[in-house]
Amino acid sequence: MAGPGVSAAGEASEGAASRRPKLAVWKFASCDGCQLTLLNCEDELLTVASEIDIAYFPEATRAVVAGPYDLSLVEGSITTPGDAERILQVRQASRRLVTIGACATAGGIQALRNFADVGEFLSAVYARPEYIETLADSTAIAAHVPVDFELHGCPIDRGQLLAVLAAFLHGRKPPIPGYSVCVECKRRGTVCVMVAHGTPCLGPVTHAGCGALCPSYGRGCYGCFGPQDTPNAASLAGRLAFLGMPGRDVSRVFRTFNAAAPAFLAESERHREDAG
Amino acid sequence: MTGGGAPAGGNGDGGRMTLHVPMLARVEGEASMHVVVEDGQVSDVELRIFEPPRFFEALLRGRAFTEPPDITARICGICPVAYQMSACQAIEDACGVTVPQPLQRLRRLLYCGEWIESHALHIYLLHAPDFLGYESAIDLARDRRDLVERGLRLKKAGNAILTVLGGRPIHPVNVRVGGFYRLPTAEELRGLRATLADALPDALATVDLVAGFDFPDFTHDFEYLALRPAQGYPIEAGQVVTSGGLAFPAAEFDAHVTEEQVRHSHALHARLRGTDPYLTGPLARYALNSAALSPLAAQAARDAGLGGVCRNPFRSIIVRAVEVTYACDEALRIIDSWEGAAAPSVPVEPRPGTGCGATEAPRGLLYHRYQLAADGTITDARIVPPTSQNQISVEHDLRAFVQARLGLPPDELTRQCEQAIRNYDPCISCATHFLDLTVEHR
Repeated sequence: MAGPGVSAAGEASEGAASRRPKLAVWKFASCDGCQLTLLNCEDELLTVASEIDIAYFPEATRAVVAGPYDLSLVEGSITTPGDAERILQVRQASRRLVTIGACATAGGIQALRNFADVGEFLSAVYARPEYIETLADSTAIAAHVPVDFELHGCPIDRGQLLAVLAAFLHGRKPPIPGYSVCVECKRRGTVCVMVAHGTPCLGPVTHAGCGALCPSYGRGCYGCFGPQDTPNAASLAGRLAFLGMPGRDVSRVFRTFNAAAPAFLAESERHREDAG
Repeated sequence: MTGGGAPAGGNGDGGRMTLHVPMLARVEGEASMHVVVEDGQVSDVELRIFEPPRFFEALLRGRAFTEPPDITARICGICPVAYQMSACQAIEDACGVTVPQPLQRLRRLLYCGEWIESHALHIYLLHAPDFLGYESAIDLARDRRDLVERGLRLKKAGNAILTVLGGRPIHPVNVRVGGFYRLPTAEELRGLRATLADALPDALATVDLVAGFDFPDFTHDFEYLALRPAQGYPIEAGQVVTSGGLAFPAAEFDAHVTEEQVRHSHALHARLRGTDPYLTGPLARYALNSAALSPLAAQAARDAGLGGVCRNPFRSIIVRAVEVTYACDEALRIIDSWEGAAAPSVPVEPRPGTGCGATEAPRGLLYHRYQLAADGTITDARIVPPTSQNQISVEHDLRAFVQARLGLPPDELTRQCEQAIRNYDPCISCATHFLDLTVEHR
């Protein structure tokens, strides 16, 4: 089974020459978009690389520096028995572990399997399901190991990633607010698409971080950053119904990239029943 | 567990040798490579793709016909626009809608952004370090910071297009079935124009740079498959053509291409006519469409010494650089000829039926097919990404490549195999839907 190297903590130390903190980037079931966000920091990448030792990041380098790592960024969800084992080793090799993106924090779009029979999913895609090893559910990293911080988004925001890296490297709390997309809309002066145009929008229940992009393009927020800290999903669902959205669709809008996040999961279940 | 990226060298045991690379670095996703050598002959090469399957084709069933652009974008963070464009085309086909020319041009502009971003990433951050003898672009930057900074500038120019037209570079939010949510403003396009005008000299310098690399003397003879549009270089539309003489519309893709599952990969293997491996991607696009390049890109290709067809997979990096040049040039043309559009999108009403879409992702042809119920609910979905189409060809290619290099020390052989695989810019996240090299000597 292919798997990236995980050296147990304490196996190797670099010697006195390298004092820069060691960063590792790990991938589980995902699209690579969140780790690509690090490479998308075109103006900051080389500065970041001079401040920290990119010790393990297979998407970017074939060089491998053995653990333990000062900070691990983990992308992706746990969907196979092998990955459920591997995340334990990653945790053991990491002083701090930060999950990045909707897959790692909430199971991702692939958590839609949690509502279905994974056997049916397997045979829908593969002629020989017996060749595939997979778990029935796609689960967040925090369901398997303690996580020091969860950075939301599908994909994560570049500015927030840099802020989290800086915070962890300097031992302070990441400056990531848990309020809703609505706050970002107000701040950038976007007219509310739901109030002004009746466009269904998940902004009131969705975690800030994207800068309220969708409403600035005349589109309702579709919740890709997952639930904000204090979401009132039931109230929003009532509003969506009032705007004419059928129950099945209300259930569906909560079941996308953060379908297994508890607040969205509960609301989607309620309306699935409504739909009969 | 084996060390990621580090060569797990071969072991000599009489006549049998295995070479195994546990996890291929600088590719998108997870794979490994296993080579078996028996009595000095390479008897088997397997590209083992164990990226965990995510079941997109299954989870799309029961979703609304408006959702595939956002959902399928999540198959790949490197080429989300490709997924959005093939999905829109397929659903519009199912619903009998043709998107007006200005919106098609805007889609092509958005797609140029993804080509520039994805190719610049591959050329500078993933592939050039192989040719220049570095472990990564970050190591390369210690000696040649100017080169890496140029690559990052180009990549940023591509991302600028994606940000203006799409809202953000990864998983753009402004694409919808029928067109866009909002049109770019004249001021936004002026800003982009300036960025792209600055990117063009960087693109030409990239062609110069990579044309000067040392290329192994190695050619292959695969059938090439790519789109060919009525005019211009293929990006967001065209009919499917092959170097073997086939030509068919996307709607007939299923009749010509079959997929099979093998035990050693989570990505299905595609064949033409039920038997023949083929290659899609930059080499195929170029071979089948080099005459359609813009004068500037065609001149850059000539200056780089590319003929009309390139059969050395290592030189694919030159083709990518030429395509970056073309994409910058084409993006400027689209902006300069932009006269606005009546509306950001056209209405698309669902109807029962099946629709197909094929576009050229940076890595090659990406095919989508959806079957819709009367209310627009998706009842069936099929997605054929480029990496899964190329898998068999890459394995055939590696077999010949390894055979000619069996005398090399295992570490060096591993390094060269990785470089050879990166010629194809494999995107494993797409294909499972990668590398760990093992060579087994028997």
